[in-house]
Amino acid sequence: MNLLMRGLILGIESSCDETAVAVVENGQKVLASEVASQMDLHRRYGGVVPEVASRVHLESLPFLLKEVLVQSQTTYDDLAGIAVTSAPGLIGALLVGLSAAKGLAFRLHLPLATVHHIEAHLYAAQLDAASVEFPALGLAVSGGHTELYHMEDWGRYRLLASTRDDAAGEAFDKVAKLMGLGYPGGPMIEKLAKACPDSQDHFPFSKMKDKSLDFSFSGLKTAVMLEVKKNPPKGERDLQRLAAKFQNTVREEITSRVHAFLVDLKPKSLVAGGGVACNQNLRDALRKEAESFGAVLRVPPPKYCSDNAAMVAGLGAYQLAQGRKAALSATAQPQASFH
Amino acid sequence: MLTTSITCDTPEQTFQLGQLIGRQAQPGDIWSLSGQLGAGKTLLVQGIAKGLGFEGPVNSPSFNLQHIYEGRLNLYHFDWYRLMNPREVEDLGWFEWTGRGGVVAVEWGDKFPKLFPATTLKLFFEFLSEESRRVIVEASHPESIPRVEELIKCWPL
Repeated sequence: MNLLMRGLILGIESSCDETAVAVVENGQKVLASEVASQMDLHRRYGGVVPEVASRVHLESLPFLLKEVLVQSQTTYDDLAGIAVTSAPGLIGALLVGLSAAKGLAFRLHLPLATVHHIEAHLYAAQLDAASVEFPALGLAVSGGHTELYHMEDWGRYRLLASTRDDAAGEAFDKVAKLMGLGYPGGPMIEKLAKACPDSQDHFPFSKMKDKSLDFSFSGLKTAVMLEVKKNPPKGERDLQRLAAKFQNTVREEITSRVHAFLVDLKPKSLVAGGGVACNQNLRDALRKEAESFGAVLRVPPPKYCSDNAAMVAGLGAYQLAQGRKAALSATAQPQASFH
Repeated sequence: MLTTSITCDTPEQTFQLGQLIGRQAQPGDIWSLSGQLGAGKTLLVQGIAKGLGFEGPVNSPSFNLQHIYEGRLNLYHFDWYRLMNPREVEDLGWFEWTGRGGVVAVEWGDKFPKLFPATTLKLFFEFLSEESRRVIVEASHPESIPRVEELIKCWPL
C-alpha cells in the first residue's frame, strides 16, 4: 500500500556530481525538476564552471531553488515538507544539500526527510506514473552502483547482489575511452551498437568462484582493452561491432541475474533505476524478462533515471507519511547502505 | 630513493601484494597508484583493505570518487580518474583526509603528482601479459624507504 504525504515536497540532491532541486506533489506528480548540469546556468546566471566540487553545489543551489519554485508556481509557504539525500556520497557534497534542507525546514517549520540516494533511484519508477506493486525485484544500475534488491515495500529491502569491482556505468564509460569515443561514454556506445541490431557477439561472462550472483565488470574492461590492442578498430564498422559486442555482454550479465532472481522470487514488478537504465537495449531486454514471468517492468523515463531531485522529494513524501521525520541534527552518511 | 620491481604473475598475486601492504601499513601511509585501465589498481586496494582487516566489499570509486573502509586503520580510497583539475581534489577534502592517521590509496595518483607529500609511496603497474604485471614501488623519503624494504623482505607471501 502506497501511503504518500499529501501536499508539496521540495527535494534536494547533492550527493556527488549533480546539484538538483525538485517540487513534487503528493509523492508522485513532478511539478518541477531541475539538474544544474543540464540547465543553462551560465547563460542565465553567469559563470558556473562544471567541475566536481562542493563549492559548485553551493553556487548552484540558490539558483535551482528559485528556478523550481518559479516553474512550479509555488512559494515556500505552499510546501508541506523538505526532503534531502543524506547518504551515500561525498561528505562535503552531501553536507551542502543537507545544510540547505535543514535551514529551510527550520525556517519554514516543516518536517524534514533524509533519504538514501540508491533507494530514491528505485523510487523514481513511480514518478508521474502509477504506484509500484510489491513485492518487486529492484535493479539499481549507474556509474557508481550495480545492485539487485528484493523489495517488499519502499523502505523494506534485502540486498541480493552487488558489484565486486566496477559498476556497469563505469564499464560503459571506461570502454568508451578505450575505444577512443567521447563523453558521455554510455550513450556513445549505445548509438554505435544500434548499427548492429542482430549481433550476438559477446565477451566472456564473469564467473564468481563462490557461485555468488554478484556482478563483476572489471574483467570485461580488461578483455575489451586487450581486444582493442590486438585488433585496433579500423573505421566505423569495427567500432559498431565492438560496441555491440560489449553492450551485449553487459546486458546479458545483468539480465541473466535478473532472470535467476525472477525465477526465485516471482515478484509482481521489476523496478530499474540509475543512469544505465536509460540504455534502450537494456530496457528492452529487461521488459522481455519481466513479461516472461508475468511481472511488469517499471523504469522511469531517462530524465528520472540519472541523478535528479524529484526522486528524493517523492521518497521523502513516502517517509514523512510513515512518520519517518528526520531530526535537524541529522548527519551526512557517506558510506551508509539502506537495506 | 629506493625503487624495487615486483612481478605479479596473476591477479591473485596482485591482491596478495595489496594484502601485504595492508598488513604492514602504518598510520599516515599514502600510496599513489598508477597504471592503465585494467592494470589492477582497484584489485590492489581490495588487497590493502583485506590486509587492514576490512571484510566488506571494496569496489572502484571511479564514479563515487572516494570510499572509506574501517579496519585496523581506516582506509581512504580515492580515484582521480574523472577529475580534471587539482582544485577538485582539494575540494574533496584531500588535505584533511591525508592528515587523519589512516591509510590513503589513490588510483590515478599520477594525474596530480604535486598534491602528494614527499613521504608518499608510489606504485606503478606495467602490463607483462594478460594476467601478469610488473609492479614498480618507489619511495623517496627517509621515512617511507623502510616501508619498501619491509615489503621486499616479506614478498612473495
